[in-house]
Amino acid sequence: MAATERHLRDAGIEPATTVIELRDHAQDLSNNLLTGFASPTLQAAIDQVTGGDGLIVASPIFNASYSGLFKTFFDVIEHGSLEGRPVLLAATGGTARHSLALEHALRPLFTYLGADTVRTAVYAASEDWGRSGVPADGSLVQRIDRAARELAAAMAVREPQVRADAYGDPEPFEQMLRDLEPRQAGD
Amino acid sequence: MQFGVFTVGDVTPDPTTGRTPSEEERIRSMIELALRAEDVGLDVVAFGEHHNPPFVPSSPTTMLGYVAARTRRIILSTATTLITTNDPVKIAEDYAMLQHLADGRADLMLGRGNTGPVYPWFGQDIRTGIQLAFEHYALLHRLWREDVVDWEGKFRTPLTGFTSTPRPLDSVPPFVWHGSIRSPEIAEQAAYYGDGFFHNNIFWPKEHTERMVALYRRRFEHYGHGRADEAIVGLGGQVFMRANSQDAIREFRPYFDKAPVYGGGPSLEDFTAQTPLTVGSPQEVIDRTLTFRDYVGDYQRQLFLIDHAGLPRSVVMEQLDMLGELVIPVLRREFAALRPPNIPDAPIHPRVAAARTAVVSAA
Repeated sequence: MAATERHLRDAGIEPATTVIELRDHAQDLSNNLLTGFASPTLQAAIDQVTGGDGLIVASPIFNASYSGLFKTFFDVIEHGSLEGRPVLLAATGGTARHSLALEHALRPLFTYLGADTVRTAVYAASEDWGRSGVPADGSLVQRIDRAARELAAAMAVREPQVRADAYGDPEPFEQMLRDLEPRQAGD
Repeated sequence: MQFGVFTVGDVTPDPTTGRTPSEEERIRSMIELALRAEDVGLDVVAFGEHHNPPFVPSSPTTMLGYVAARTRRIILSTATTLITTNDPVKIAEDYAMLQHLADGRADLMLGRGNTGPVYPWFGQDIRTGIQLAFEHYALLHRLWREDVVDWEGKFRTPLTGFTSTPRPLDSVPPFVWHGSIRSPEIAEQAAYYGDGFFHNNIFWPKEHTERMVALYRRRFEHYGHGRADEAIVGLGGQVFMRANSQDAIREFRPYFDKAPVYGGGPSLEDFTAQTPLTVGSPQEVIDRTLTFRDYVGDYQRQLFLIDHAGLPRSVVMEQLDMLGELVIPVLRREFAALRPPNIPDAPIHPRVAAARTAVVSAA
């Protein structure tokens, strides 16, 4: 996050960053699964996630994939609400064994959501934070910096997205009826 | 303004006893609800439509035909008639027949249905839900207004030289309300035709209701049917009452906690705060219901869900009695006092209007 902020400032963009811990919303997420709607506090968190210009997502790897809580959050947001959003994928794990969960679990999820995932995904295993007797090789820090640069670059070129409000400006009825009609040859 | 009850005919175990009513018992309790609703002075009763367990009302016009014969004044409606998976020709026939049997005391509320497998069981694809709603209703609209119809579409075999029988009573089709929780296309459709719009106003935060009704009103005016505040709006609501508020909460809690729709989720307190569900005294129901007007404007129909989640028959009848005796008379008065004079009533069949005038003259 700090690295992304630094790269954005280098590009002349002043970032406003919010951190959302899903643990704080665990119960509300379960309730959303059961009722179909979000409580006001969960809705506020969802609005922040879907309303931003860029997103860094981080999940622990449980059983070779993202955690259930992580998935639940993205299961309850509105369809299409992350379309085109630059996203940096990150994960943590006990060992490096399942680092490719970033590529076979997280990336396909965010691709399906229509997000624009940056090339570099960041995985941190316990050993990346430091191993006794082994000098730090800085590779995690370098990786973070590379991913952050990519995210900042993707955010910098985007126009703020204005999503059409289906309730404010609906498609006219006759247009929708016409769309129903079968196409004739030569249309 | 019209007040009434609606039921979806769910066959739910009573969580306090573990006993599940039989289908026969549930059918009879729906009928009893309708008959008693007229006795306690309600204006409307509406039956849902479902085609799988744990529900019984698969043949709504059969049930409503029976209720028509056993009642004199109450308006029969639906919550909702499936415009997607029913053949619109059959809807045209069945509801015109009901109109005749009920001497005009019938209208209907159309919905797309919320049960996935019903679509393939009836030969349709849920992904075409909106298109089905559009095409089927366009045909239904014509069948009631044109004596001979030639028609071709995507979702039903073509019709050539077809007359839907019986023709609507006195050539006045049943009034139609379109219902949807979140789909702006349906609010747009209701507005286009100048039909009514109904929001079930239960199970969801009021913001859903608010934005759909606002959209419908704006587009109603856009299509030249009248001013936005003169559009025809109906709401649902869900209540459980006891004379003492704490008694209501205590008694309803086990039904809430085990309900198939929301059991195991937010607490009763959170759910009543976040949705229109009101559990408390009759006065609290009156006060809460009056606040619906703050976010939908002056509206024409208010229906309550009172027989849901496995409540025993006797308790449901007590709820109905309290509605009829303590709540509706006050709401009638209060809503009428708040309503500007230009706001119309929900359309009713000329026969019903004439019958009411006759009653007033004879009084």
